[in-house]
Amino acid sequence: MAIIEVKDLVKHYGTQKAVDGVSFTVDEGEIFGILGPNGAGKTTTVECTEGLRTPDSGTVSVMGLDPHRDAKELKQVLGIQLQESRLPDRLRVGEALDLYRSFYRNPADPAKLIDSLGLGARVKTPYGKLSGGQQQRLSIALALIGNPRVAVLDELTTGLDPQARRDTWELIEQVRDSGVTIILVTHFMDEAERLCDRLAVIDSGKVVAVDTPAGLTARVSAEQRVRFRPSAEFADALLLDLPEVAAVERNGAQVIVSGSENLLQAVASVLARNQIVAADLRVEQVSLDDAFVALTGKSIEN
Amino acid sequence: MSALLKLVQTEMRLFVRDPVSFTLGLLLPAVLLIGLGAVPILREPSPDMDGVRFIDYFAPSVIVMSVAVIGLTSLPAVMAGYREQGILRRMQTTPVHPVKLLAAQLIVNLLAALVATVLVVVSGRLVFDVPLPGNPFGFAVAFVLGIGAVFALGMLVAAVAPTARAASGIATVLFMTVMFFGGVYLPRFMLPEAVARIGDYVPPGVQSLLDTWNGDAPDVVQLLVLAAVALAAGAGAARMFKWE
Repeated sequence: MAIIEVKDLVKHYGTQKAVDGVSFTVDEGEIFGILGPNGAGKTTTVECTEGLRTPDSGTVSVMGLDPHRDAKELKQVLGIQLQESRLPDRLRVGEALDLYRSFYRNPADPAKLIDSLGLGARVKTPYGKLSGGQQQRLSIALALIGNPRVAVLDELTTGLDPQARRDTWELIEQVRDSGVTIILVTHFMDEAERLCDRLAVIDSGKVVAVDTPAGLTARVSAEQRVRFRPSAEFADALLLDLPEVAAVERNGAQVIVSGSENLLQAVASVLARNQIVAADLRVEQVSLDDAFVALTGKSIEN
Repeated sequence: MSALLKLVQTEMRLFVRDPVSFTLGLLLPAVLLIGLGAVPILREPSPDMDGVRFIDYFAPSVIVMSVAVIGLTSLPAVMAGYREQGILRRMQTTPVHPVKLLAAQLIVNLLAALVATVLVVVSGRLVFDVPLPGNPFGFAVAFVLGIGAVFALGMLVAAVAPTARAASGIATVLFMTVMFFGGVYLPRFMLPEAVARIGDYVPPGVQSLLDTWNGDAPDVVQLLVLAAVALAAGAGAARMFKWE
């Protein structure tokens, strides 16, 4: 069931069109990703959805509420984690949660939240003395303190070290498992691939595609590639005769075979029959990165 | 507990934890008065001041200083900082509008100025026998209007300054002006007559404080000017305040 519906959203800044007719729906209980390069209009899109910005045109409904008309009501059930928002340096972790707790009708238990976010030992630590990862986790805690039904998390692992990122991902999955619907804004492919049930790919203010991560890569190509170094010479025809194989390339000592499903199995059994050992064997599939390039015509990094 | 009360409590903690606002705004004025009073000659009636002791004459200027430090250094810097750091924006994501955070800031700073003033009046009285304000009602009115004018100017700076740095810069100019005309840098009897007369109308209105302290009625025009500044700057701040 759709918990969020965004239809034909348009937003200009001056003469520049930041969001140009964005539509999507988010189902209850899923992690919905909004993926796109910096400046694609992701943040503006979610800010219009949250009611922090007024769209020039288009409609938004979150749990049947209008983000503007029902702003106060919506914010009771919507948890928002903003990109780049700090707290006063001298405010302690426990105090911040206690303060934000007082803003909501049915707040969550701060002690539980602090524990589940691994901030238990930091309750009395001032915000300014927390590490980047801890500040980020506190920010997530504040987004969840109101017991929201929907949480919008914007670029939540930017600036975190790899371990902190993985910990944060686990945390997001726990939050989803507790029944919260999540919108995740990101420009990290690995994050989108790991966490999102479905994704909207946004580029230049437009939705390019909405699909599951697997669906997006499959749209681009089902092609697989196998690379290896053979222990003995063999003729390309040996592999090209297989129905699964589309092409064979050689790059020095390395053989690159491309083809469809079950490519690895087919290639491996032919090599075994001919007593050829495949060293440094690698299977490559189309990644979300490749899909993104194919969909938008550019790499996400720039 | 209501959100506003909780915000006031939180802002109060932060104020006390900030060594600058706490020592400069809250304690320094009283410490300065006591320090000056420790100099014997400043405790003697002086012919330069119509036989009044310097310490009695200077007490209202110390109050000017405390109001200026709190209203023009602490207040705008904190508020502009809250905007710059996205703290106001974070509050916009909650059911409580960030205007309540600004209200809490104002309340805490008003309380601080009040406490600083009480400290000055009481320590002057206890240590050097500086009399209590002779016209307490007039003094309270002058104090409220004066503080209102200075705080409104501080809010106006916070409203329009693009960054916390800019807010501090603009506020410092106002701060020096207020301190100069308030007779903190140079006692006012040393200032040229014209400058001293202009100073009568510059917030927070040191002359009204002095008159009412001496038991006289405040000058109505001076009070009206303070009220006008408070209203105009306050309305300007409310209209122009940028949330992000």
